[in-house]
Amino acid sequence: MNLRDSPAAKIGASIAIATGLYGVSFGALSVASGLDFWQTMALSLLLFSGGSQFAFIGVIAGGGTGLAAMSASALLGIRNGVYGMQLNALLRPTGWLRFAAAHVTIDESTATATGQVEPGERKRGFWVAGLGIYLLWNVFTAAGAFLGNALGDPRQWGLDGAAVAAFLGLLWPRIRAFQPAAIAVVCAVVTLLAVPFVAPGVPILVAALVAGLVGWFRRGGTPDHAPGRVGDGLEPDIEPYRHDAATRLPPPARPGRGEVSGQGDVLARGDAPAHGDAPGRHPESGVAP
Amino acid sequence: MNFWLWVLVAAAIAYLTKLLGYLVPAKVLANPRMSRVAGTLTIGLLASLTVVNAAASGTAVVLDARVGALVAAAVALWLKAPFLVVVIVGALAAAGLRLLGWP
Repeated sequence: MNLRDSPAAKIGASIAIATGLYGVSFGALSVASGLDFWQTMALSLLLFSGGSQFAFIGVIAGGGTGLAAMSASALLGIRNGVYGMQLNALLRPTGWLRFAAAHVTIDESTATATGQVEPGERKRGFWVAGLGIYLLWNVFTAAGAFLGNALGDPRQWGLDGAAVAAFLGLLWPRIRAFQPAAIAVVCAVVTLLAVPFVAPGVPILVAALVAGLVGWFRRGGTPDHAPGRVGDGLEPDIEPYRHDAATRLPPPARPGRGEVSGQGDVLARGDAPAHGDAPGRHPESGVAP
Repeated sequence: MNFWLWVLVAAAIAYLTKLLGYLVPAKVLANPRMSRVAGTLTIGLLASLTVVNAAASGTAVVLDARVGALVAAAVALWLKAPFLVVVIVGALAAAGLRLLGWP
């Protein structure tokens, strides 16, 4: 099929443009945090996972050590391993393609692929979103880093406020039910309590430990992947562009949702609009790559 | 301080984490507990990073213009503004409050 005729490729391309653009904010914030131009580019070129990249510079900006920054980044990247399993089952890439697919396995490419029913469409959606975001994210990271260097004092321009807004923007689409909201509040409080007592950067790891324990021991509700499971924002495969898909390309994108895990969460996904329209849930504010 | 080492280590770990999903048989890794932990970790880390960037200064908790940025960003998100707009609103709020004399 020609890429121009592929609905999945169109979704992938629109996601790539929206996501790539905010590489500008990463680039500018990264040089404001104290990394230089090439370190910033190394994060976008080699690490390539927006949440982890923001985490890394967020810790550095707060005066944390490189070790703490690396740890926060690594923990935030765990969900990409879960995506990798899902995509491996869906796309079955072989040979060197697996190694390329792994590099562009991020929130948006996973969501684009899993939102499709037909195997060919899944592949096209995944690669167009993944490679498109990779290209644009790096171009705009470079632009943002130049801009950030040219601005001078980052505080005068409110770049530290921009970082706060960026993290809230990454968190927001995941808060769709009581449990994730409760976890977010608990982790926020734990962080504030820990700040005066431990070295900068460490409070984030303390909060991660708490969040990990909650996940480990979480009871109640419907077990993940069980029929009738309701997406509450805690499942790792967040679809950052649900509104986009629903408004621009409803027919091909909708029915595929239930096939994400192939384990019968059609029902759960079917009632997605109920919470998908919760306040603040927004396509463009989806998680970074 | 030179962060090169940590940038490269973080990049290597990020890539290996992604690759692990493709190379390890799904049966080994695919358990609900692992998915849950990945989900709660992501939310907890993002909440913590938001707070640290909004209110921590070294080892002190401070209320400065960044808290204004947090509130402004929340309003923008509530109004369903796109990510980039939210970030710009945050910057404008912090810069504006500093112009008005808030630290």
